[in-house]
Order: sequence, then structure tokens, then C-alpha cells
Amino acid sequence: METLFSLLIGVFFASAVYLMLSKHTVRILLGIAILGNGVNLLLFTAGRLTREIPPIIPFDSDVLPSAAANPLPQALILTAIVISFSFFAFLLVLTYRGYQELGTDNTDEMRLAEPKDESLPPLGY
Amino acid sequence: MADQAPLTLLCLFLPFLTALLAPAAVRRFGHGGSWGLALAPLLAFLHFLTFLPQISAGEVVTGGYAWVPSLNLSFSWFLDGLSLTFALLITGIGTLIVLYSGGYMKGHPQQGRFLCFILLFMGAMLGLVVSDSFLMLFVYWELTSITSFLLIGFDHEREAARRSALQALVVTGLGGLSLLAGLIFLWNMTGVTQLSLLVNVDDTLRNSPFYLAALLLLLGGAFTKSAQFPFHFWLPNAMEAPTPVSAYLHSATMVKAGVYLLMRLNPVMGATPAWEILLPFFGGVTLIAGTLLAIRQTDLKLMLAYTTMASLGLLVMLTGFDTPHAVEAAVLYLVAHSLFKGALFMVAGLVDHEAGTRDVTKLGGLRGDMPITFAAALLAALSMGGLPLFLGFLAKEEIYYALAHGDLRSIVFTLVAIVGNGLMFAIAFAVALKPFLGPHVETPKHAHEGPPLMWIGPALLASLGLVGGVLSGVAHRFVSTPMASAVAGEPRLVEISTIPHLGMPLLLSVITVAFGVLVYLRLDQARDMMVRLLTAIGSGPDRGFDHVVSGLVRLSVAVTRIVQPGRLEIYITVTFVLLALTLLVPSFLYGELPDMPTWPDELYFHEWAIILLAVIGLFAVLRASDRLTAIVSLGIQGFAVAVIFLLFGAADLAFTQFMVETLSVVILALVMTRLRLSPRDHRPPRQFAFDAAISIACGLGFTLLLMKTTQLPFNLELTEFFNTYSKVIAHGANVVNVILVDFRGTDTLGEIAVVMITGLAVLALIRVRLRDPLPDTNVETTAEGDRS
Repeated sequence: METLFSLLIGVFFASAVYLMLSKHTVRILLGIAILGNGVNLLLFTAGRLTREIPPIIPFDSDVLPSAAANPLPQALILTAIVISFSFFAFLLVLTYRGYQELGTDNTDEMRLAEPKDESLPPLGY
Repeated sequence: MADQAPLTLLCLFLPFLTALLAPAAVRRFGHGGSWGLALAPLLAFLHFLTFLPQISAGEVVTGGYAWVPSLNLSFSWFLDGLSLTFALLITGIGTLIVLYSGGYMKGHPQQGRFLCFILLFMGAMLGLVVSDSFLMLFVYWELTSITSFLLIGFDHEREAARRSALQALVVTGLGGLSLLAGLIFLWNMTGVTQLSLLVNVDDTLRNSPFYLAALLLLLGGAFTKSAQFPFHFWLPNAMEAPTPVSAYLHSATMVKAGVYLLMRLNPVMGATPAWEILLPFFGGVTLIAGTLLAIRQTDLKLMLAYTTMASLGLLVMLTGFDTPHAVEAAVLYLVAHSLFKGALFMVAGLVDHEAGTRDVTKLGGLRGDMPITFAAALLAALSMGGLPLFLGFLAKEEIYYALAHGDLRSIVFTLVAIVGNGLMFAIAFAVALKPFLGPHVETPKHAHEGPPLMWIGPALLASLGLVGGVLSGVAHRFVSTPMASAVAGEPRLVEISTIPHLGMPLLLSVITVAFGVLVYLRLDQARDMMVRLLTAIGSGPDRGFDHVVSGLVRLSVAVTRIVQPGRLEIYITVTFVLLALTLLVPSFLYGELPDMPTWPDELYFHEWAIILLAVIGLFAVLRASDRLTAIVSLGIQGFAVAVIFLLFGAADLAFTQFMVETLSVVILALVMTRLRLSPRDHRPPRQFAFDAAISIACGLGFTLLLMKTTQLPFNLELTEFFNTYSKVIAHGANVVNVILVDFRGTDTLGEIAVVMITGLAVLALIRVRLRDPLPDTNVETTAEGDRS
């Protein structure tokens, strides 16, 4: 089971990396969204997979039955989902505003901070 | 006298404390505040004076406090004849310099800052010469470089001052690092970290195989600080500083730190072939080069600067000479030089201050207008020229006693000394006589005698040269003999008096004076000759410094352009190539690859279906021909992930994922459909192949990593902790929620903060509008903010 998931996660990462290698900010954005999912699945699988039984302690017990899923990766992923979503939202607005201001979504043409033919800095003292 | 330790400590810190008061004092009392500020060095001077009887009796005074006991570091001082003489020179001349600065910088808007820097330097220099531990010595050494930088660049609105300041800092700072390395060598070779204990180390240092390395490193420190050839070029440039700085740092005290170091090391490192070759050679070259360069100058300060360099060369040469009287000669010359050169620099500044120029060819006939200055200049020049009755005479006699020995080496160095001393004689009188004698020359300002604040220093220092010569017995008893003994490492007795004895040294003195008079009379021809010679030689190390600095800038620009070409694509590519290498290379190299897995047969049909769905979603995003398809496909993989969470017992995750994916898709659709973008991502075939290779390598890396991880035994310790205590301690049945809000509550708080900050950033991005790419954001923000 974990083997198959490892392969699936490999596909997630490969797709994300391929999209992020694009010159277009929108594609990079899609890549980042997929990367978030890939990382979450990686964490999830690394904590071992258990079918269907959520980590909730029954009424009549004080401890979780050993058949339940591992709660720790779930707690970590829950945090990660929210963070990656806010990160995604920020990048989305940045892309949008970047396009509005610069008139392009091609990262090669975004040279405002690092112009192509920058002159030498002053050589005096 | 252990009870003196707190007082000595106070005296060592007094200049630093007074430096803090200097700006306020000048604001409150104007330039007269320097009378009050001069009290600090004066008190320190008087305190060190009380040690004289003890030190002249041959004792040493040590004291100190533990600093970092666990590292065996202490803040400790060590006073013997050498360091006490230096301490007295620093505080004594320092007192006069503070007064002089009060008059020289009168009315300058930054006078308070200037006095602050001067006092800071004084504290650093004082610490340097009394330091016992190596670390303290190094720290103070660097502090003098830094304060020297501040003082040379004091007039920071001129580029020449900035350049000179930087040059001095680079040269002496590099020398400081060399010194540090040398001191570490000493520590490793002897196991000693204190100068006072180093004196007791016998021949282990000299016989060590690392002796030469340590010596060269230490000489690197001493030669840069004391402006020895070929590191001399920063010293004349340092004349960009106001004249009190030149008088104090760059003649009387700081530049002697290198000589101090050599003298301090002489008992343990001297008297070896390397020592006796390197020191006299570089010292002799510096002496001759300095005097020849001095002849060329017409600026009073530059003439003095080059003779200072020459004098330092003479001192280094003598320190390396292992004949009787060499140490005595060096000691006498060092003291005499500090007195007459400090006085002459102050005279030069006084003439500049009153007449408005310090070009010797544009000055003349000032004797009537500035009688006190003239008298001080004359006294100082007589000492510098080495004429009888003066301290300089005693020094010169001792020099010739030390050098004149008949063998070839002695003859060569005697000639060097005669030429150097003769030329210095000529320059001394050129500085002291030319501006004052002869017909009156019209100067930019109408000259008259300076204020007492300004002539008190040169007059006192110049007279001391005479007093020291006449009362040579007292001077020897309290200063020369203890200092010479400390430098030699064994008791020495300085006996030379100002009554000339017939003999070789006197004859050589007469030759020197005659040569000097000859050069003085023909100074203009000599200057023309030197100008021609130097033009023929061309550029020196000073130009080289400019090339190095601009070359450094060009190199860093070139490196930056390679490392940061400004294309996001390259940065991302590099990142992922390195990521793939990090994941794959070690697992192949160290055999960390996972075992061959078996075909997964335990999966149910619906699980296969959902995995397939996720893969289809991913491929659809990659192949999407328009953005809406891409966005919807993004949703497919996201929902597939949510279902996977649901199937494997993570209900909370699944619900969050559903919500987040829905929001993402909706927002993306809203934002992206407003942009007119090229629908497809065209990559040329080579680019496609390259990108695909990187992506597949990364994906493979993560697959292998995860496979290996899941094949290893799983540590359930943390999970069991949460499972056991969620209900018992935290009273919650949903373990995931308990972890989030209870066990790891602070973490969740941080997460909320991140989300909040991102929200603020998004808000700011939406509201900031730049109509023009020119960054005038502040005005535009408020204007747009009000409207929206």
C-alpha cells in the first residue's frame, strides 16, 4: 500500500516541479498548489496508512484503540494545509498584481529589481 | 602595590569615559571645553608617573582582573620600562594634543566628535602598550586601527579623506590579522598567553621549527602598523586627517605600535639570523626611501610624514641590530622622535592655521609674527637634527656607537644612517626655518601668533627635548635605562651624556651635519632631482591599492552576475537540480535504496480508482490547453487528495482539504479569468526534455525516499504518548484536535499568526497601486487607499 502511495507522491512532485520550471507565473502557481498536496501526502504516508478508523477515543475508553489511524501526522498536515493555502493566496494576489503592473506573466521580462544591463557600481571611495 | 590596581584600571578606562563626555562638553563650553577634557589624560599621566621610582629600580608592575576565567582570559596589564615609557608618552602628549585640538578645531561644528575620537584612540593606544594578555593586545591593536580610520576620515565629505581612511584601515587591519595569527603561533609554541610570562621563555621559540612562520606573521603586523616599506604608502595619505591627528597618531604614538611590538619581542625572538637580516634590511630601505620621498615634498605635513616613515625605518633597523648600544640607541631615538616630531607637526598645523597655507614655497618671514611658534620649531628641529645639548644628539651618538664597527655590514648600515640622518637634518630645518626666515611672503591669511591652547603643546614638547638632553642623567635613570633593559631583556645602563667625546661617533655626527647643511642649502635642486627620479620610476603601491579596490568591485560584480543572473527560471532550476542530487546521490552512494517492493495486492477497487483520479487530474493540469481546464483539473487532484484522507481515517483533514480546494479553485477562476494570458506553455524541445528530466529525477527521489522510510521500523513513541494522555490529561476525545489546540497550542498560535500576516500582505497588495513603476509608493498608497 505504502509503495503505491510512494509512486503516487513521486508523480505529484514531478508534476509540481515541471510546472514550477515554467516561465509563466500562473503555471508556477499551479505547481506550488500541487507541491503542497504532494508534501501533505508525503507526511501522511510516512506516518503509515490505516484504513477508515479515525483517531477518536471512544466513550467507554480512556485511550485510543491501537487499530486507529496515527493522529500525529494528521495534526501536522492540518497545520500545513492552512499555511500552504495562505501562501497560495498571497502568491496568487502577487501574480495578479504583478501582471497588472508589469503587463506580463513571463518571469524573464520581470527585470525591475535586477535589470539586464546593470552598470557597474561607483568605483570611487 | 596591589591597592593601586583599581586606580590603574580606572586610568585605563578614563579616556573612553571622557570620550563619551566630549560632545556634551564642547556643546556646553565651546572650544574651551578641551581644558576640562585634557584633565583625563593628565590624571592618567600623573598616575603612571607614580610608578617611575618602582620601575627605575628594575621592578615590573602587573595587575589585572579575571575576564573569562573558564577560558583562562584575564584583563591584565604589565608595566615595565618599555610600556611605562609608552604610557607616559601617550598620556603626556595626549594631554597636549587635546588642548591643541581645542584651538585648532575652534568653531568647527564637529569639534566634540573630533575630541571624542581622539580620546577613544588614546584609550585604545594606552591599552595596547600596557596589555599583558595576547588577546587584549590584539583587541586594542585593532581598536587603534579603527579609531585611526575614524580620525583620518574625519573630514568625510572629501573623497581623498575617505580613500585615505579606507586605505589605512585595510593595510593596518590586514596587518592586525597577521598579528593575530602570529600571536596564536606564539601561544601554540610556548603555551603562554601573557607577555609578562613570554619574557621568561628561553630558547624554545628560537629553536622551534615554526619560528620563521611566526616571525613573518608578527612582522606583517608590525610593518604595516609602523609603515615599513612596502606598506608605507598609507602613512603619507593619512595626512588627510586634521593636524592634531597627524601629530598624535601618525608620528608620536600609533605608528610606533609596530616598533613597540618588535621591542617587546626582542628578548625572546631577537638575535637570530632571520631577525638580524629582515629588520635591518626593511628598516634601512624604509629609512632611505622615506627621506628621499620627503625631499620631494613642499607641503610641511607631507615632509614631516615621510621623515616619520624614515624614522620608523631607523627604529626598526636599530631594533634588529644586535650590537652593544643598538637597543639604547633605539630607545633614545624613539623618545626623542616622539617629542620633536609631535612638536613639529603641531608647528606645521599652527602655521597652516594662522597663515592659511602649509606649502613651504609660499611661506617666509613669519618669525616676527609668530615668535613662540618659531622658537618651538627651532628647538624641535635642533633635536631632530641631532645637535649637541638635545635629546636627539644623544640618540644619534648612540646610533653611531651601535653601527660603527668596521665590518662590511656595519659600514653599509652606517652609510645608510648617515644619508638618512643627513636628509632628515635638512628637512627638519626646512620645516623649522623656511617659513620663518627670509623676506616676508604674502600668505592667504594675515599671520599672527596662535592662541596659548595651540602653542603650549609644541613649546612644551620641544623644550623637553632640550631638558632631556641637558639633564641626561635624570632622563636615563627614569626612562632610558629601564626601557633599554626591558627591550634588551637584561639590565642595561644608558650613560651617554651631552658632552661630546672625541671619537668615531662624533666624527660621523659631524659628517652627518655637514651633509645635512649641504642638502638644506641646495634643497630646491635636490627636490627637482627627486621629482625627476620619481617620475621616471612611475607608479608605486599607492596606485596599486586603487587597482586592487576597483578590481575587487569588478570581481564581485562579475560573480554576482553569474550567481544572480536575475532570471527566476535559473534560480528554480538550480534549486531543483540540487534537490534531485541531494535525494538521489547519497542513496546510491551509501546503498540506502529501498528493497524491491512487491506488487500491491491489498488495495480495494475504490482505492485504485481514487489514485487513478489523482493522476488523471495531475496530467490534465500539465496538458491543459486553456486556463479554465487547468484550474478545474487542479480541483480534481485536490479533491482526490481529500478523498484519500477520508479513506485512511483522517476525517478532519479531508474536510479542511475539501474547503481549501474549493476556495482555491473559486479564487483562481475569479482572478485568472480576468487576465489575458497565453493559453499554453510552449517550451522548445530541448527545454522540455531538460525540465522533464529534472522533474522526473525529483519525483523519483521522493518516491525512493518514502519507500525506504516506510520499509524501516516505525517509532510510535510520540503517537502513543498522545493516544494515552489525550483524554486523561487534556480531556478531549479527538486526538488530532487535542494535539492542535492543547499539546501543540503554541504551534497553532504561530500558524494563526502566519495566516493573519499573509492576509494583511494580500490586503496591502490589493490596495497599493502604482500607476508609474517609479517607487513613490507612500503618496500613492494613501491616495488610492482613500478611494478604494
